[in-house]
Amino acid sequence: MSKFSGLGGRLYRGETSINFIGNRRLWYGLSGFFVLLSIGALAIQGLTLGIEFKGGSSFTVNTPNPSVAQAREAVAEAGVTSDPVVQLVGSDKVRVQTQALEQAQNNAIQDALAAKFSVSLTSIDTQIIGPSWGKEITRKALYGLFGFLLVVMLYLAMALEPKMAISAIVAVVHDVFITVGIYALVGFDVTPATIIGFLTILGYSLYDTVVVFDRVRDNTKAISAVSTKTYSQAVNLAVNQTIVRSANTSIVAILPVAAILFVGAGLLGAGTLKDLSLSLFIGLIVGTYSSLFIAPAFLAQLREKEPAMQALAKRVEARGSSSTANTGTPVASVAAVNGRGPRNQPKRKGRK
Amino acid sequence: MSTTTKPIKTSSRPGRTLAILALILVSMVGLVFLQDSKSLQLGLDLRGGTSVTLQPRIAPGQEGSVTSEAIDQAVSIIRQRVDSLGVVESEVTAQGSGTNRQIVISVPGDTGRRVVDLVGQTAELRFRQVLASGSGVPAAGDAGATPAAGVSAEANAKFAALDCTKPENLQGTSTDLPTETLVTCDRAGGTKYILAPAEVLGRQISKASAGLDPQAGSSWFVSLTFDNEGTAAFGALTSRVTSLPEPTNQVAIVLDGLVVSSPRITEAIPSGNAQITGSFTQLEAQDLANVLKYGALPLAFDRGEVQQVSPTLGADQLRAGVLAAGLGMLLVVIFTLLYYRALGFVTVASLGVAAIMLYALILLMGQWIGFTLTLAGIAGAITAIGVTADSFIVYFERVKDEMREGRSLRTAAETGWVRARRTILIADFVSLIAAVLLYVFSVGGVRGFAFTLGLTTLIDLVIIFLFTKPALVLVSRSKFFNSGHPLSGFSPKSLGLVVAKEA
Repeated sequence: MSKFSGLGGRLYRGETSINFIGNRRLWYGLSGFFVLLSIGALAIQGLTLGIEFKGGSSFTVNTPNPSVAQAREAVAEAGVTSDPVVQLVGSDKVRVQTQALEQAQNNAIQDALAAKFSVSLTSIDTQIIGPSWGKEITRKALYGLFGFLLVVMLYLAMALEPKMAISAIVAVVHDVFITVGIYALVGFDVTPATIIGFLTILGYSLYDTVVVFDRVRDNTKAISAVSTKTYSQAVNLAVNQTIVRSANTSIVAILPVAAILFVGAGLLGAGTLKDLSLSLFIGLIVGTYSSLFIAPAFLAQLREKEPAMQALAKRVEARGSSSTANTGTPVASVAAVNGRGPRNQPKRKGRK
Repeated sequence: MSTTTKPIKTSSRPGRTLAILALILVSMVGLVFLQDSKSLQLGLDLRGGTSVTLQPRIAPGQEGSVTSEAIDQAVSIIRQRVDSLGVVESEVTAQGSGTNRQIVISVPGDTGRRVVDLVGQTAELRFRQVLASGSGVPAAGDAGATPAAGVSAEANAKFAALDCTKPENLQGTSTDLPTETLVTCDRAGGTKYILAPAEVLGRQISKASAGLDPQAGSSWFVSLTFDNEGTAAFGALTSRVTSLPEPTNQVAIVLDGLVVSSPRITEAIPSGNAQITGSFTQLEAQDLANVLKYGALPLAFDRGEVQQVSPTLGADQLRAGVLAAGLGMLLVVIFTLLYYRALGFVTVASLGVAAIMLYALILLMGQWIGFTLTLAGIAGAITAIGVTADSFIVYFERVKDEMREGRSLRTAAETGWVRARRTILIADFVSLIAAVLLYVFSVGGVRGFAFTLGLTTLIDLVIIFLFTKPALVLVSRSKFFNSGHPLSGFSPKSLGLVVAKEA
């Protein structure tokens, strides 16, 4: 731990530095690869949707001696011809999943199962989803997603900087793609709880990104033509300064989610807890990655396109190559820049 | 970047801030005891029961769109049906906003199938002539049973035996056939009726509204207009009954098989425009108008989701939720103590205060707005441990940064706060936006997740401002932390300053 703490100090002063911004092609490449993989997986395999989206019925019988064969018999006896999915859950449950059925058929299956396993109707956990329900919740989830992106973008543009808002959203969209891609690739079930998890990740990923960007803003507040660092270098320092914090907040966020995942998957099997925490777990990891590697790099790239920042970069480079100061020409160019473009944050704010 | 123009002195009064927090906590706990809301309102997934989510839509063969009033009306119709089961703590609510709402019915216990069968039917509105009426209790002997003209002996016997004080007789249904005589109660259960076959249907109403009679001062009435078919049918009905003796000159407005109102017809109404007068209050008049409007456009319900949870599963899920919460809390506590050493105790104490506050709020919310804790809600609270702890980390790391700039702990606790505060506010606000949108755009059980997540984000703000910050300021004045003791979390080594000297 203390070694790690010491690292914090070195990172803070810039003695130890990971080149987040300079290696951005590497991170972009990596992310691009994963995004493409995700799109591929989505296109070819698609998502494994839970019955909440497809419509259907699920009956879980709590019985000391569950049996797949008996459950199948019961469904057949109930007069349901479509092929049900029957599986054992743990050692004392058997689950039957069917397509969307009429209410009478659902009741018939319940009765048949209760008779077969000689249990009361109340010890059967039932979930019945109407065929049009999936559309309804999908629609709502999409509204939620776009509403969220829009509101957050506006808010961040006001609270931080417009270009930071764009970069943060790019990172978030990146997270959504990759997380959904992982779901398609591995074939995890997607349920409404998963969707809630997805949407929550967006908040988390942004939380991390906001912490980094706030630092970037601090570091670049005083950036001017006479700075010794380019914008990219200032951003890089900011990311290095916040990396310990980001690592800690991510660990602290992941720990409780891991606890839910562990308990949910281990004790209950499939269900709300597992679905929710799994998507949170995956999303948190992806979100931490993007808030360190993607969002700042993208921001630096956007800002470096500004004429003032390009001039600064050139000058810093020139100064770096001819270390014995030749102050004549560079200062002149600086003066010209000073007269023109947007230079730094406080002034920009004042003008608004 | 280290230029802070504010004079750096410990101008804050941590003691006072902590006292304010203590006051808030004490008053919250006091409220819990005062309102006697000491027991947790658990959701059905934690104690067993049935929940049905219905998606209202226009009944088949009808045109028009679902209105907000129609959904309100549907909720009250379904509530009437569910209440008739006599299960305490049954709940019928509409979730969502405007016309895009779902109706969620939750009934604890093992009435599952009856609930499901009961709530999905379309409720119809019909006008029927009253053939006989009487007090809602069963008639003693034959005294109350004077057979009315055109009433079968069977219907008459049923009428005599009917007890409108029993909830099962106030259960609405739309299984009554419009072409047959109906024996039923009014909604309140005070009066029972024998009703003739339906002559006018709710769908034949084109308009209904409540109004105030300008002459009669505070007398409210309901006016309604029929479409062409309705005008003819209503005209025929009223002209026939107007000269008949009591109570056969009354026309009952029957919704979902129960009588809502039975106005006396004083003259034939061939125009298709009718007014129902009586000693209505404003509320009663508006309710009746809404019933009539609903009748004009009855809603059908798609069963979106039906969930029956056995008490066994409920208990399992509750245990799992509590276990996950304990485990999550423990992991975070271990991590912060390992990393922040003694400083971690400030975090642990903050989390403790946050937990107490959350628990009290959940109890109070259960009392105030009927908030029930679901499994998803517990998951939201656990997830929020992370959000809460995040704020502390942002603050502590900022303080460390300030110390690396060469400030003393005492000063850094203040200057670091000024910088961390902004970050925490922005980040928490983003979390809050997420929670609110999740709440609005989600259906059913998972809403609980958004609710507790939002609630804990707010609590986080309160805790970091009123507890963590003043606590750190107090701690920063102590000798132990200022000396840079290796276990304090602020040792030169953990700041990386020793390494710097060696380098």
